[in-house]
Amino acid sequence: MIKLPLTSSQTVGPFFGPALLCEDAIRNVLTQPETSGERIRIEGRVLDGDGMPVPDAMVEIWQANAHGRYNHSADQGHALLEPSFLGFGRSGTEEDGCYWFETIKPGRVPFYHEQFQAPHICVTIFSRGLLNHLVTRLYFEDEQTNAEDPILLRVPDERRSTLLARRGNREGMVVYRFDIVMQGAGETAFFNL
Amino acid sequence: MRNITIGEIVRGDREVFPPYLYEAYQSTRRRAPMLPLIEVPLTLSELTGPGPAISDITPEDADLTRNAGTGGEAIGQRIIVTGRVLDDGGNPVPNTLLEIWQANAAGRYLHKRDQWPGPLDPNFLGMGRCLTNDEGIYRFLTIRPGAYPWKNHPNAWRPSHIHFSVFGQSMLSRLVTQMYFPDDPLHALDPIMNAVPTEAARKRLIALYDHDVTEPEWALGYRWDIVVRGANATPFESKEGEQ
Repeated sequence: MIKLPLTSSQTVGPFFGPALLCEDAIRNVLTQPETSGERIRIEGRVLDGDGMPVPDAMVEIWQANAHGRYNHSADQGHALLEPSFLGFGRSGTEEDGCYWFETIKPGRVPFYHEQFQAPHICVTIFSRGLLNHLVTRLYFEDEQTNAEDPILLRVPDERRSTLLARRGNREGMVVYRFDIVMQGAGETAFFNL
Repeated sequence: MRNITIGEIVRGDREVFPPYLYEAYQSTRRRAPMLPLIEVPLTLSELTGPGPAISDITPEDADLTRNAGTGGEAIGQRIIVTGRVLDDGGNPVPNTLLEIWQANAAGRYLHKRDQWPGPLDPNFLGMGRCLTNDEGIYRFLTIRPGAYPWKNHPNAWRPSHIHFSVFGQSMLSRLVTQMYFPDDPLHALDPIMNAVPTEAARKRLIALYDHDVTEPEWALGYRWDIVVRGANATPFESKEGEQ
């Protein structure tokens, strides 16, 4: 089989905003009125090795719908597909390092054989100073199935809590807080993907 | 490029991808993760992705010489940048979104944080996008970007480059990178480009001048192919399921 060498990665740099975060490229809100599932807001800060906010990062998310189905041809499962829910989000960070999304809590997606994964959202981070993007996952702290999630179990015990979003409430909205620490104390567990 | 610390932590192939920490590029020092990346099996979450689903694009988006919508044309050497997006199995990646951004012909970005005294061009936004066709081919019409000064080290200049964002078919194929132009003396001096670990991998970031792409009395042609990771890996490999 052919194996072509891959194109290398380079930093997104400081000036991507007008292109990648313009009005029709940014996607803070993933839901449509008809989207089923528990409405949640995800928010957090991106922090550097000095604990300082990163004001020029971009965070992308990818998730299944509330039934546990990805809107993608490679997902041939039987869970209900909702065509109007893409499951992709893209947010910039503000001066205080904050990003946010309004979405729904995803359902469980298959792992292997009869196993399922705990509900999770794939998270990708880009910024000046990142020669490659960072890849991680957001899990929900109040989710019983975390204890048996095959990916979470690969993360060393002492780092697992960095992947758990904290549930809160604000003005009737469920808010999950998920800070992303690029370096140093409390460094988020990133994946080799 | 001497006496620099290069970090151990690399995502993916060490012959291809830069380390997160590359001290000559100063911004990596406080943004590079220092703990080992977690090795995880591929699941449906990684073998799917938003690539094929974003398609809200018009043909005008791929013409950076006119997409400022002013009625005027951007100043600079008009160029065509075209090529194919392929996966590492050699298969074309059709119908996937490419987003690009670049400095103008004078090396200035239209961005509030770029304040060096290069002139702005009112007819140039420096951003474009397109979808690959059924054969994985993309094509942009733009102007050749100028070199750009930055504050990384004394008298630092970035070589002319165009930023590319590519989705591909899954989370594995997501790529943000930069395309460079041939025969640029600034390549050897650029820490961002030189963070790429091998000569062969750096060379793959440089477009080729292609006279067959050049259009007479109109624009110079450059060809640059992009190879992203395919989703041909088998999910849920048995060794992962037997633990």
